Order: sequence, then structure tokens, then C-alpha cells
Amino acid sequence: MSIKDRLSGNEAVAIAMRQINPDVMSAFPITPSTEIPQTFSSFVANGQVDTAFIPVESEHSAMSAAIGSQAAGARSLTATSSCGLALMWEVLYVAASNRLPIALALVNRTLSGPININCDHSDSMGARDSGWIQIYSENNQEAYDNFVQAYRIAEHAAVRLPIMICQDGFITSAAVENIELLADRDVQGFVGEYHPESYLLNSKQPLAIGPYAVSAYCMEAKRAQLEALKNAKQVTLDVAKEFAALSGREYGLFEEYKLADADYAMVIIGSAAGTAKDAVDQLRAAGQKVGLLKIRLFRPFPGEEIAAALQKSKVIACMDRTESFNGRCGPLGAEVKSALFDAQLMPPVINYVYGLGGRDVTVEDFITVFAQLAEIEQTNDGGKKYRYLSLRE
Amino acid sequence: MTYNFKEIMNKKERLAPGHRMCAGCGGTIAVRNILRGLRDQDQAVITCATSCLEVSTFMYPHTAWQDSFIHNTFENAAATCSGVQAAYEVLRKKGRVDGTYKFIAFGGDGGTYDIGLQSLSAAMERNHDMVYVCYDNGAYMNTGIQRSSATPLYADTTTSPVGKLSKGKPQYRKDLTAIMVEHNIPYVAQTTLFRNMRDIHEKAARAIYTPGAAFLNVMAPCPRGWVYETADIMEICRLAVDTCYWPLFEVIEGQWVLNYKPTNKLPVEEFLKKQGRFKHLFKKGNEQLIEHFQAEVDKRWRVLLERCGS
Repeated sequence: MSIKDRLSGNEAVAIAMRQINPDVMSAFPITPSTEIPQTFSSFVANGQVDTAFIPVESEHSAMSAAIGSQAAGARSLTATSSCGLALMWEVLYVAASNRLPIALALVNRTLSGPININCDHSDSMGARDSGWIQIYSENNQEAYDNFVQAYRIAEHAAVRLPIMICQDGFITSAAVENIELLADRDVQGFVGEYHPESYLLNSKQPLAIGPYAVSAYCMEAKRAQLEALKNAKQVTLDVAKEFAALSGREYGLFEEYKLADADYAMVIIGSAAGTAKDAVDQLRAAGQKVGLLKIRLFRPFPGEEIAAALQKSKVIACMDRTESFNGRCGPLGAEVKSALFDAQLMPPVINYVYGLGGRDVTVEDFITVFAQLAEIEQTNDGGKKYRYLSLRE
Repeated sequence: MTYNFKEIMNKKERLAPGHRMCAGCGGTIAVRNILRGLRDQDQAVITCATSCLEVSTFMYPHTAWQDSFIHNTFENAAATCSGVQAAYEVLRKKGRVDGTYKFIAFGGDGGTYDIGLQSLSAAMERNHDMVYVCYDNGAYMNTGIQRSSATPLYADTTTSPVGKLSKGKPQYRKDLTAIMVEHNIPYVAQTTLFRNMRDIHEKAARAIYTPGAAFLNVMAPCPRGWVYETADIMEICRLAVDTCYWPLFEVIEGQWVLNYKPTNKLPVEEFLKKQGRFKHLFKKGNEQLIEHFQAEVDKRWRVLLERCGS
């Protein structure tokens, strides 16, 4: 049974948290994710959850405490944005290495400097190699649905890794949109109880976590971690299938929008996908064969599946909402080009940087991008492979 | 409370032999004596900051810890321990934990006075039911004897080396114990390895079984960093106390209590001259350096006596 409501992305995720009723939440305020721990604190204050809320003094301690509580055997979570995630950097790796299925609600915001509180993906993209599973959401509905699915993926016996559920700062986190919520008991039944195999508070079997691993063991530990992360791909699909049976809403590794016969394809992450779909619709109405691939699972990166989905595209635009300062491409551009290369596909790929620090991106901007792709095919001249969209020059 | 030395020392070891800590290490002696403060029937989760203690006692695939143990990073032992303790409270209410658990975090002075101070301060302010134990050996010993804010005045370390223009560390040490007292937590104490270990034992037991946050600062000599003969450790600790360089006191619910007042307060050079890190102070022409050191010890001792109403 679904419940229709109107909620911001932050409220939607806070409600998913309430329905899950986790054991421990440690969090620190930062714009634009503050509303999540704030709303959740009121659930704690009113006895709507059994969770212990730890109001820590920094994001570093938020993640450190979450590592402690999850290792102790408690289902744990936190929420943050931007510099908060950057301050957690060191311990993100520890959470993943210790195979602790912590859930983190990330509200994407740019990193300083210059200081700016608005959306781009530089925070989560910077943390992409920390060993966390990363799932991105286009709107409040997806943020909610993804969070409900998070622990089922993270806690799976073949995975046991932390998971980051990302939504765009302000654009999704603050904007109020229609949403369909699941009933509390349906979420609880779907997520289930957490019963870890090994944990600190198991009186029958004490546990030691976080060893010093010399060179003879460290490499094997990293490799075992990689295998677990790779397993997350199939588990994500399996969990999505069960979720579809419950909710009627279908999810995959990514979403294909009018992509099957598209000559010109755009690969994009997050809320701008909604705007880009409007551009696709307008151009389709004008008879142009354009389509879109929206990333959902970014870590592990489903490269083979993405290459297969793009195999008929003649020219591709990769849209990066972050600057990676390598002078050649953004993180999404690098991943997609690498996946195409491995699949021996060599279409022209233009990598666009857009929307940094909350720079608005419009339907017209995306129509311009598709027009540039068409021009590249017609003139057989790729021009600059790395471009900035709607930059004031 | 009667203290039976033989009985206490014969308690089952919770830090097993075979770890890789140095011979004559004060940190190891401190930790074993803190753990003796636990009642035999109680279980514990030990948190450890990155330190000599951590890398020498839990090297994969071996651990010397009989209780559950977690190491996270250098600066977050207090936050990590607070997470474990919060988990215990919730899981106990849900009936998912058997028995009684106590929570002890260990950090060196680098991990406590310096990089871990923010995390420690906040965990204490939140008043988690845990004990944070600083084993203070007065420098970053694990990385090769670099100065910390716990390093005493004039000590020769690898980042405050004695040289043509340098007399060792130019600053006084931070008074962390007093800073922790100002957090208004239920129990704070300063101790060291003194005589029959009664002081450290009683403070450990009190800290562990006081509901809420407790902090112990334990002076723990390091033979490598302090440069002394390993057999001299108990004598060095005694001299630290009898010179009033490291007084023994506790603060119970805000009440300062002096635990030991030397009948014959010794000059601080008795403590300094046993250690190679201070040997430059005894060169001709450096007499005033010892006078400065003595003046600071005397000043802090007077303040402590006032606080304790002694």
C-alpha cells in the first residue's frame, strides 16, 4: 500500500530512516543535509524510533562513531554533505576496509573553495575510490526508494560494505515534490532485522577489528574487499527486483531513456537527468533520435553493461558535475570512455562539465549539447573533447 | 577498600604476553594495571588509538587482547568508543547483548593531547559511560620520538632537538588533566606506576565503575624516548611523584583530592638526571634551565595544593 505525500528530498530520506528504525545515528549539521538529522532527532525525541542519536562535534567523529557502533553490532547511519564528507575521508576507507555496512545519506554539494553551499558532485566523486557503494538519485522519490533498498545491498553476506545514497543538494534535498511512500510495516518487512555474523558485543566470541596488516596481508585484504564490492552489482539488481514487487517502481544499475535507437546519447547523474529528459522529449518530437543514460550505481561501476547500452550510439556526451583537474575529463567521462574502450567501441565522446557550485542548467543547455553531438557526426570533426557548459566567458 | 597486591597482580591477564611492546615499556605496564581494574565477571570492549600499543598488540593475524578490541585511526579513539558504548545501550534495551560490558579507550599523548583532543573533548562532554586512558610518555614515540604538547620543557626530541641554538623543547607541557577536569565529568584522575600500583589500580577501578565519562592520565615512561635503563622505570616514576613533577590526584564530581604529598619534596633534577633526554641540562652553563624547570614544577604544585585545599 502506498501513501501519497509531498516532501523534500531531505524529509523523504528522514522518513525512510524512521521506517527502518536503525540502532544508532551519529551526525553533525552542515548545509544542505542538516534537515535530515534535525528531522530524525525529532523522531528520537518523540519516541517514534528506538535509535540512539549521537550529536557529535564533527563529521570525522560522526563516521568514527558509526564505525564503532556498527562494529559493535548496531545498524548505524549518518548524513552529510560537501566538506563534511571531505572531513570523513580518512575514516570512509576504514569503514569499507572493516566491511561495515553503514548507510550514509549524502546530499551532494560542492567542495570549498571558493566556499559555496550549492549542488555539484565534487564531494561524492572525490570519495569514489574509498570502497563505498555509491547510488545516485534523480529526485525525492528515488532518494527515498534508494535509501529503503540501501541496507539490503550493504548487509548482504556477499557484500558487507558501506553504502552512500546520494541526492542533489537543494535541487532535490530542499525542493518539495509529490512522493509515494511505503507503509512503515512494508519497509520494516523489506529491510528486516540486522543480525551480523561477527560483532564486538558478542559475548560468545570476542572480536578484534582494525589490525595492523603488514605487506604480507594488506594486498590480499584489499583484493577481498574488491571482490565484495563487485558482488554489489548483482545484489543491487536482485534487491531492486524485490523492491519492484513491493512498490511497483523499477530500478536497475542505470536508467535508459529513449536510448535503444538513439544516435546521440547523453550520460548523466542526478537531478539534471530530469531536465535532460525534457530536452530528449522535445528533440524526439522534432524527429531527432536522441536518448539518455542516467547512472544509478556508480560504485561498483557497471562498465560492461553501460558499454552495451551505448553500443549503437554514434556520438556520446558525458556530463560531469565536478571538475577532476586532470585537464582531460571528469570522473564520469573517464569511466565511460574506459568502458567503451574495453568493449572496443570508439565513438566520439565529448565530456561536458556543467552545474558547478549550483550553476543552473536548463533544457535549452541540453538541446545545445545534442546539437553539438549532431554537428560532430555531420562534420566528422570532434573538436574539443573536454568542454564547459553554460560558462560565462 | 583493602588492597591486596598479590591478589591483584595474580588476576587473569587481559593483555596476553607475546605482544611486541618494548622491554621496559611503561605503556604496557599501565595498560595491564588499568585492565586489572575490571571485575573478572565483566566483559569489555577496548578501543585503541593508533599508537605503539595498537601496532604492537594487534598485528594481523594475531591479537594480544582477550576482550573485544577496535582500532580505528589516530585521532578518533574517543568518538569510536562512544559509538560502541551507544550501540551497547540500544542493543541492551533490545535484549540483544548478554552480560555487562565496560568501555575503555587507550591513546598515547600524541593521540590524546594533540590530534585526538577534539574527539576526546566531545565524547567527554556527551558523558558516555566510558573511560578514556591516556598513556602519556611525553612524545610521539611510535613514529620516532617527536615532540607533542605533552613533552616537558627542554626535552630533547627529534623535532625539538638540542643544537647550537636549541636547548630542547622551548615550551611548557599542556596540563591536559586539568583541561579534562573542566569538562565537569564525574571522574578525572592523574596517576602513574607508583610503588605497589595501588594508586593506578584504585583509580582504574573507580573510573571504570563510575557511571558516565571518566578520564585517566597515566604517566608511562618510554625507555627509548626518555633514554634510561629499562630496570629503572619504577624509580623514575617514584622520582616524578616525589619531585611533584607528576602529582597523584583525582577529581571526584568536581572535588579535587590530593592522593599523595611527599614528606620530603625532592628537587626536580633528581627526576631529570636519570634521563638521557635531559642530559644537556647538566652541562656547565645550563644551570638556569633547571631553575626554570623547577620554577614551573613549583608553580603547578602550588596551584594543585590550592585546588585540593591542602
